[in-house]
Amino acid sequence: MSAALGRLRMDGGWRDRLVRASEAHRSITILVVMSLVSSLLVVFPNFNVLQGPSGWYDAFANAGVFVLLAMGLNVVVGLAGLLDLGYAAFFAIGSYAYAYSNSPFSGLDLPFIPMLVIGAGIAALFGIALGAPTLRLRGDYLAIMTLGFGEIVPIVFLNLDKWTEGTNGIGGLYRPEALPILGEFTPISPFPYMIVSLIVVTLAMILLYRLHDSRIGRAWMAIREDELAAAANGINTVVTKLLAFALGATTSGFAGVFNASKLTIVSPDQFLFTVSFTVLAMVIIGGMGNIWGVAAGAFIVYMIQAVFLKQINTVVENLGLPAFDLGPIHVDLLQINFLNYQFLLYGFALVLMMLYRPEGLFPSRERRAELHADEEAGEGAEVVGAMGGVPGENVE
Amino acid sequence: MTDVLHAVNVTKRFGGLLAVHDVEFTIPEGAIVSLIGPNGAGKTTFFNIIAGIYDPTAGEIRFRGKRMIARSRRAWLEPLLWVVPALAVALTTVLVGEAGASDIVIALGIFFTVIALMIVMVVGVARPPAYADFLTRFGVFRSARPNDMVVAGLGRTFQNIRLFANMSALDNVLVGMHSRLKATWLDALLSTPRDRREEAEARARAMQLLDLAGLRKRAHETAKNLPYGDQRRLEIARALASNPVLLLLDEPTAGMNPRETADLTKLIGRLRTELGLTILLIEHDMRVVMGISDRVTVLDHGERIAEGTPDEVRRDPKVIEAYLGTPAA
Amino acid sequence: MIASSVTTPRTRSGLNRSARIIGFAVGAIVVYVVLLWLALQVVDGFAPERALPVAIQQTINALSIGAIYALIALGYTMVYGIIELINFAHGDVFMIGAFLAVVLTGGIFGQTGGVKDVPFLALLLLVALLFVMPLTGGLNVFIERVFYRPFRHASRLAPLITAVGVSFILQNLALLVAGSGDRAAPQIFPLDWQIPFGGAEISVLSIFIFALALVLMLLLQTFVNRTRLGRAMRATAQDQQAASLMGVDLNQTIALTFLLGGALAGAAGVVWGLRFGFVRQDLGFNAGLKAFTSAVLGGIGNISGAVLGGFIIGFIENFASSLGFSRWSEFLVFMVLTLVLIFRPTGILGQQLGDRA
Repeated sequence: MSAALGRLRMDGGWRDRLVRASEAHRSITILVVMSLVSSLLVVFPNFNVLQGPSGWYDAFANAGVFVLLAMGLNVVVGLAGLLDLGYAAFFAIGSYAYAYSNSPFSGLDLPFIPMLVIGAGIAALFGIALGAPTLRLRGDYLAIMTLGFGEIVPIVFLNLDKWTEGTNGIGGLYRPEALPILGEFTPISPFPYMIVSLIVVTLAMILLYRLHDSRIGRAWMAIREDELAAAANGINTVVTKLLAFALGATTSGFAGVFNASKLTIVSPDQFLFTVSFTVLAMVIIGGMGNIWGVAAGAFIVYMIQAVFLKQINTVVENLGLPAFDLGPIHVDLLQINFLNYQFLLYGFALVLMMLYRPEGLFPSRERRAELHADEEAGEGAEVVGAMGGVPGENVE
Repeated sequence: MTDVLHAVNVTKRFGGLLAVHDVEFTIPEGAIVSLIGPNGAGKTTFFNIIAGIYDPTAGEIRFRGKRMIARSRRAWLEPLLWVVPALAVALTTVLVGEAGASDIVIALGIFFTVIALMIVMVVGVARPPAYADFLTRFGVFRSARPNDMVVAGLGRTFQNIRLFANMSALDNVLVGMHSRLKATWLDALLSTPRDRREEAEARARAMQLLDLAGLRKRAHETAKNLPYGDQRRLEIARALASNPVLLLLDEPTAGMNPRETADLTKLIGRLRTELGLTILLIEHDMRVVMGISDRVTVLDHGERIAEGTPDEVRRDPKVIEAYLGTPAA
Repeated sequence: MIASSVTTPRTRSGLNRSARIIGFAVGAIVVYVVLLWLALQVVDGFAPERALPVAIQQTINALSIGAIYALIALGYTMVYGIIELINFAHGDVFMIGAFLAVVLTGGIFGQTGGVKDVPFLALLLLVALLFVMPLTGGLNVFIERVFYRPFRHASRLAPLITAVGVSFILQNLALLVAGSGDRAAPQIFPLDWQIPFGGAEISVLSIFIFALALVLMLLLQTFVNRTRLGRAMRATAQDQQAASLMGVDLNQTIALTFLLGGALAGAAGVVWGLRFGFVRQDLGFNAGLKAFTSAVLGGIGNISGAVLGGFIIGFIENFASSLGFSRWSEFLVFMVLTLVLIFRPTGILGQQLGDRA
């Protein structure tokens, strides 16, 4: 069943056998691993490290949103090799979809679970609308188009204040209805949110792995490796890329609905380029192309940002450096909220990763091989159109 | 014998360079036809035109009786066709809105505009055959793309091997099978019985093809780690995976030693006898060409200078001149 | 049927090239004035007799904005032409240029407002340009050397992602140093220098910006077409491998391209502060997107195309703001980008090649 099954060396060993078994029964493996992770996440906060249980549960639920986003972007960037820089736009569309369906602003109160699907579907439609004209073109045009789209969507939500309440955003969204066993979704107890987030992540992971191992997943990877050869082997590259792009948008919309239902407010400034960039950095740090690696990377990055970066401010305050001037520019470290500079950190992390460890922290097998290919042997992938034959061949 | 492929007066110009000039060329069913010529004669360009990578400047390619590739005509009309229906709906909505219709009607109008736009755009991108036929009604002709040619029954290899270097040999062949597999993304998501059955069958058949290419033992190795000769054969196995009617081989023995060359020649012969394939070969090694071809066409400076059986071509003075240069030179 | 479709070379008109370009430019400007004049008639509460002067005034402004975009777009298009990379950090190099100009005029020279003393003003502007342009050019070369060169033979995705990362780093460094929000930029070129014109006033600053940009573009054009290094650049853009076989030093040529692009962006940064009176760390992002759109619109890789695209975007944006839709200008520019990519992906002056493969 799994494409990766065969790639293992035949030298046996318990580890190989374990990996092979896990890859043959992928869905079951994911379920087992995720329930282990879940129980850990449920138990750990009760030790009150750094913050109380509800703080941890809240952080975990938010981390789930980013894990979902990163897994979705990974399909686009990691599997199909397309750079999407406006990923937050689909997140915004999903969020606003929920806002319209569950707020005093619209007067509607639609059920949560169907809205997850509908919001994702609307985001997918926008993904197709953006991807269809662009994906016929060279890959880098997609990057700039998505960047523009990511920029435009918040602007549109901002400018259409009659329908979106502009900068203030739409507030007071209704929380999801109580679920059996989990109970009420309330601001005080984020526990049900965390459970829903875990379930959604697990489900998404199973589905994405199934696609990854299927005919479609192979086509994505083939396009990433060599688009022309992929076309010459019967892959409709545009449709396949469009599918990857739409799927990425769907996942993002899904995450948007969940996030809006948790925050209970949506406003344009939640969806700026920084969000797209953060998710991209998570994908790169986790290891492009490797689904579980990206999920783990996103989780780690989010936890660092949400829990540990907060502590830095306290540390700096204790240092007590004096303020100084640079021309007209006044610098006072005490006035700086270091949480704002997490993005500088992401920038450096991303660039350093690309330069020194492009396969990320948890690389997939194909990806590691590919990204280090140049060092091993300069594979001269020549343009097919080049005329003439191999030089110096025997000609009678 | 019917012709699998018929190239009608094909010309290709790159800027000032006339790469292929007015070449008329046919491949009868079941034949092994070779295309030879000195370096820079335009063989690979011609090949790429047949495979759907370039549009010819003039002329057309008929494949299995159907015109597949020619210069595109009225291509600018196509995006207009995408936009016009959506604009029509949008305009109607505006007019209806001005006439004082309710908000719901306007919302529906916007909704349908968007849906109309999406449908035509996705259809335009996917380009199913029915859509191509629809376009011809407006006088729009777009050449088949490389993948359309594969679906129509053409398989090819590349002069400089283009395997999916970081995928296993088996996965390479499975990608080659892509156009013949039917599982959709939904099947894959739900892991339907159909999907699982098809995948198992595809794997079994891929192993057969690897066997044919003598690569069964290496099925799970990463393609780029295979020895050169194996990579060449893997590329052929991948091309075969789409069940082609016509197989285009671009210098399949380039860079091979005499033993590998002999093995490959045998393999090509088997492809015809066992799989009933028609083969077009570009080759430099004259022993290969003369040994297995039914017919040989010689290109020089983009023009066809000779055609006939290997013996005829070998004796043709023009061919000798093209290869050895004029006595004066 | 087949033989007839072979194209015959078009006969050249008797006019020489620069005369045709000037003719086209004048024609385009006149068309824009008329369009704007007509459009202003429609706007509610606008005195019709003021429409023409205001249209001319706005056209001059449009030319100055367009000139700024064109200067930035040149950097995008040259870099794309030579290494096929969308240099996402380019907009941020422009932003750094704008900040450097503020540091110089405001910080070092202590200016806060208009300088009426013409020789001193000229000196200040000259010093600002000579200070900022080498620095931004150097910054751009540094970026290429450190971040892009390692990827020269890698896949396309890796350098693209790195470029986004670099852009983000620059933006956040500026945020770290200057803080968020607008920072006032000293408008040393007096804003009250206006030429009264039938109920409207034409800004001398706009004319200055347009003229400055024109001079820089002509210098660039001359450099690229007339000098040995310029020839090397064009050769490299055509075919890197062949150029290096013919003895062109690739590293030097690519560095030179980044130097020129960065310097032009720096000049754009200097005039930005004069024109708008503020700088902000996310300036590069928005201006960069518009400049990139200009480059694509004109045909990426084509120097004249970038200039043409820059002015077109300037006109579009000005048209929107003249009619009171300035907050939709980004949206409009994005729509233009989309339409161009759908209908003519190689841009107005770009060559139509290889889009199928």
